[in-house]
Amino acid sequence: MTRSRTAYLLVAPGLLWLLVFFVAPVVQLASVSLQSPFPGYPGYYYRDVNVGNYVVALTQFAPQLGRSLLYAAIATVLCLALAFPLAYTMVFKAPRWRGLIMVLVVAPFFTSFLLRTIAWRQILADEGPLASSLRALHLLPGGHLTETAAAVVAGLTYNFLPFMVLPLYASLERVDPTLLEAGADLYGSPWQTFQRVTAPLALPGVMAGTLLTFIPAAGDYVNAELLGSEHGTKMVGNVIDAQFFRVIGGYPIAAALSFTLMAIILALVVVQVRRFGTEHLT
Amino acid sequence: MRRRLADHAVTIVAVLVLVYLFVPVAYTFIFSFNDYKKSNIAWNPQGSPTLKHWADPCGAPGVCEALGTSLQVGLVATAISTVIGTSMAIALVRLRARGRRLTDVLVFLPMATPEVVLGASLLTLFVQGFSRWGWQLGFWSIVAAHVMFTLSFVVVTVRARLQSMDPRLEEAAQDLYAGPWETFRTVTLPLLAPGIVAAALLSFALSFDDFIITTFVSGDVTTFPKYVYVAYLRGIPAEVNVIGFSMFAVATVCAVVARLVVRRAVPPSSS
Repeated sequence: MTRSRTAYLLVAPGLLWLLVFFVAPVVQLASVSLQSPFPGYPGYYYRDVNVGNYVVALTQFAPQLGRSLLYAAIATVLCLALAFPLAYTMVFKAPRWRGLIMVLVVAPFFTSFLLRTIAWRQILADEGPLASSLRALHLLPGGHLTETAAAVVAGLTYNFLPFMVLPLYASLERVDPTLLEAGADLYGSPWQTFQRVTAPLALPGVMAGTLLTFIPAAGDYVNAELLGSEHGTKMVGNVIDAQFFRVIGGYPIAAALSFTLMAIILALVVVQVRRFGTEHLT
Repeated sequence: MRRRLADHAVTIVAVLVLVYLFVPVAYTFIFSFNDYKKSNIAWNPQGSPTLKHWADPCGAPGVCEALGTSLQVGLVATAISTVIGTSMAIALVRLRARGRRLTDVLVFLPMATPEVVLGASLLTLFVQGFSRWGWQLGFWSIVAAHVMFTLSFVVVTVRARLQSMDPRLEEAAQDLYAGPWETFRTVTLPLLAPGIVAAALLSFALSFDDFIITTFVSGDVTTFPKYVYVAYLRGIPAEVNVIGFSMFAVATVCAVVARLVVRRAVPPSSS
């Protein structure tokens, strides 16, 4: 009796915070996404069930929506490819340096991700060292490194890499190294040992890392803004940002787009949870 | 022989990935010596490296106010989310509160929602809701938003630590006639401490570096990332590079020192 009352008291503040600052705003956003503009008063809306906002969101901005999902998916795969060797090395090859490497992975956060993305923009700039030497070697067919889709994807990969490293490390750390030795003792080649032992044991980390990189990457607009071009690399976040802050009367469309993005991501999460179970996600 | 090669390849890739993480940090460091108004765009062709920005990091107008705001938001938001997140995790794992499944989902959802959606929805609520009751966008709306999105990370981190702890230790304390509060204070809390510290550091890092949600809910208040973004359009003053790199250096040194202290304090066998 007292035990359950204590439990409620402990849960209440956090639950209340989430209800007020997460659930209520999302419900409000849902209602805005159905509002209609007040005729003759730009920037004012009335309550409505205007499904047309979703039609506009899905037709007019379909390229940006698709691009967001595609860029985020490629960046997630690249993150996995880069994070796995690092996490593997931390756990199995350099256990003494684990702590230090962990610090080094998180520390760049403090330089501010904007400052680091701006630095990438300058490093990759047309007059920068990388682009000019590649041009001199005739290895740069388009002539540019920035303002390309590749630059946006590279930026996303860079920015969300730590979110892949941390969960991968956490799950590999729980792997008993003697299992790997057993794999080798049973005449498994390194590749077989990796395939049959290491990879399945790392799966929970891969799942968590995939979600933690894909979700923020799909909603990001800073990389597209700083590394992409004016046309052809904009993501859905750029549209939402612009509709909110720069387009008068854009609120309902922005809300509808936000909601669509959230629905797509939740659907993907549910599919993944169904396939792999929930306990590994959080 | 082939195995050796593959082995080394993995390590080499790992080292390259670490280098990759640091390329822009190094860029920021080098350009903090740039004697040029638009410090991040090009190296001043006539100027030699200068230390003047390191001598006066607050020289650019507003930069230190923005940094101060970010630090304050980070500290307040981290304190709130660490306390309420930790108590939530304890209730969910140890006390098996009813409605656990629903709470789990509610904790997970903010992590599964892109920041731009969180920011947009909070802005809508403030504009069409809270501001009518007199709560304008500013310092406290940023704190409210940061607590909301760091809370889930705190719950998840502390919960993982709790789940890996042996519940028999707490049972033993109770067998020895310790009350629930005494058990919590003398057994649970010390064992939980590394998880709580990790959660607090993570939420501070996330809050300090947040840009997207903050732009939506900050009104006229300028945080450090917001300052960087606005300055970018006009040309970033080199003082920003000094501060950005210093924050990184301070964080790294603190973390390394903390690890050394912990290693000293805890005998190796128990870690």
